[in-house]
Amino acid sequence: MTASPGLWTLAWRRLRADRVAMGALAVVCLFLLSVVLSATGLVAADWEDEVAVNYAPPTFVGPDPTLAALAQPQAPAPPNAFDPLAGDLAALQAQLARAGHAAHAAKRTTLPFGADKWGHDVVRKTVKGGQTSIVVGLVAAFVAVALGTLFGALSGFYGGHVDDFFNWFYSVFTAIPAILMILTVAAVLQTRGVLTIVLILGLTGWTGPYRLIRAEYIKHKAREYVLAADAIGASGWRKMFVHIFPNVSHVALVQMSILVVGFIKAEVILSFLGFGVPVGVVSWGSMLNEAQNELVLGKWWQLTAAATAMALLVTAFSLFADALRDALDPKLK
Amino acid sequence: MLAYILRRLWQMLPTMAGVVVLVFVLFNWVGGDPSYLLAGKMADAHAIAAIRAQLGLDAPWYVQLGIFVKQIVTFDFGNAWATGEPVSHIIATRLGPSLTVLVPLTVLETTIGIALALAVAFVRGSLTDRLVMVACTVGMSISILVYIIVFQYGLAYRLGLFPVQGWGEHFTENLLRYATLPILIGLAVSLAPTLRLFRSFVLDEVGQDYVRTARAKGLPERRIVWVHVLRNAAIPIITYVMANLPALLIGAFLLERFFGIPGIGREVILAVERSDFPVIKAVTVYVAAATMVFNLLADLMYQAVDPRVQLA
Repeated sequence: MTASPGLWTLAWRRLRADRVAMGALAVVCLFLLSVVLSATGLVAADWEDEVAVNYAPPTFVGPDPTLAALAQPQAPAPPNAFDPLAGDLAALQAQLARAGHAAHAAKRTTLPFGADKWGHDVVRKTVKGGQTSIVVGLVAAFVAVALGTLFGALSGFYGGHVDDFFNWFYSVFTAIPAILMILTVAAVLQTRGVLTIVLILGLTGWTGPYRLIRAEYIKHKAREYVLAADAIGASGWRKMFVHIFPNVSHVALVQMSILVVGFIKAEVILSFLGFGVPVGVVSWGSMLNEAQNELVLGKWWQLTAAATAMALLVTAFSLFADALRDALDPKLK
Repeated sequence: MLAYILRRLWQMLPTMAGVVVLVFVLFNWVGGDPSYLLAGKMADAHAIAAIRAQLGLDAPWYVQLGIFVKQIVTFDFGNAWATGEPVSHIIATRLGPSLTVLVPLTVLETTIGIALALAVAFVRGSLTDRLVMVACTVGMSISILVYIIVFQYGLAYRLGLFPVQGWGEHFTENLLRYATLPILIGLAVSLAPTLRLFRSFVLDEVGQDYVRTARAKGLPERRIVWVHVLRNAAIPIITYVMANLPALLIGAFLLERFFGIPGIGREVILAVERSDFPVIKAVTVYVAAATMVFNLLADLMYQAVDPRVQLA
């Protein structure tokens, strides 16, 4: 007799049969791979090098003749005996040369997908920006789901006054619209940083998972296996997280995949407004912020790159999240 | 009915108290001391002490909480730190422009969303339905920033069909001239998620027995859709629209910012940028109160739509 397939095996089979879901999963995996590669410094580590002329157009558009003069290596300034910084500059240039940067290298007039204001390669910048945006989305969604699960488990499992307390807490948080909550917390936490955005999004986003997880715990706590665990003397904590949690973890997973999409979008908006990533860190939001002014000058490539990358990832992630929900919870539509 | 409303209002008190405490804790303990911010760069200990005394920051926490509650009840949050304008005046004057954009936007979004959802739900499973759903998913995944940047550049800056930004003195001028493009963009952004949601509401109804009965007695399909199904699908739609109205007030902040509309959303962004705490506190507390009141209104509207619903 063979063991009957479990929830995850069945879900994986259902997912495998869904071609759209597998396509979406492949796209998501590609993005995650690019995050891993850029985080380890294997790609896009040198995105801050000014490899091209300012606003170099994409190769398929062709070089911009008005920028040709900029591409020539700059002639070094004539020696000036009265320059008080001459000694310091020489030392700095020697240091740069040792690090392998040619001081006056010829700059390229075109790049595969153009360059930004400083001559950074837009493709590498998009990969690097994606790293920030995706990591923020994933970590914040994890924090939100972890909080929601903890509160939901306590609330659903213990009921009574504990439940009343968390329900009150929930109604307080849902009375304030999410975006206003995010902006309020952003105003209070004066520091700008990746950790700050993760905290803002994670601490304000737990309400959705909380409601669903709480309902699951209420349903499960009266089941026979929990009563059996109770009979052998398992502690409340053990019943909640060792016995019940594996049976409701699919809800948490689906919630997390839905939140990731929302948080990536939210991070982009926050960074765009300047409440997100600090200066010097690139994200898709800060790219869109620069791109807004570039568009008026007719430099559309940075906007297109960041917008397309984000739209592709978010489409794939939402399709996958929908399919995951269908596969894990076939009762739902 | 009156008893029901009174009981619901009574039940709001603990939640409202929670909101007040949450905002108080956020601004008084999580946030830094605002007197350093207000005193400016050349602050000496004396000036900071004076500001602390003026804001009541040197008083014990329960006195400060009392001041905050009094501010909420009397609608008097003092003056905005950045501009010195009274906060109540800020909220009163910014509400009009926000509503000029939001009311037409909500009405259009809801009617178009319902019409499309009914149309799509009745050809469910067909190629049209699937194409529309894919288009919605793709449409939703493009950032609202991209919609605004591209439409503002393309339609207003390049083609000159609309003013790039601005706001006038007269209501009709604002509505017909300055608010048109923001409303169109808002519609383009919100229609996809609305349509997806309304479609699922309608789909819950089209499989019901009463639809089969209506068909069996020979009603035209148009009557089944627009009378029978719509009335039943209206309940979740009302909840959704009503519950989202106060959030929309803030949610349109990007439109207001890009198009220079002096509304509540833009004011919140400015206040966050300037660390203008009184404005943020006031907006947060009143929007939370509005959210609760609108939820109650939604429940009252249920009964008007569906006589089976008993408010008890």
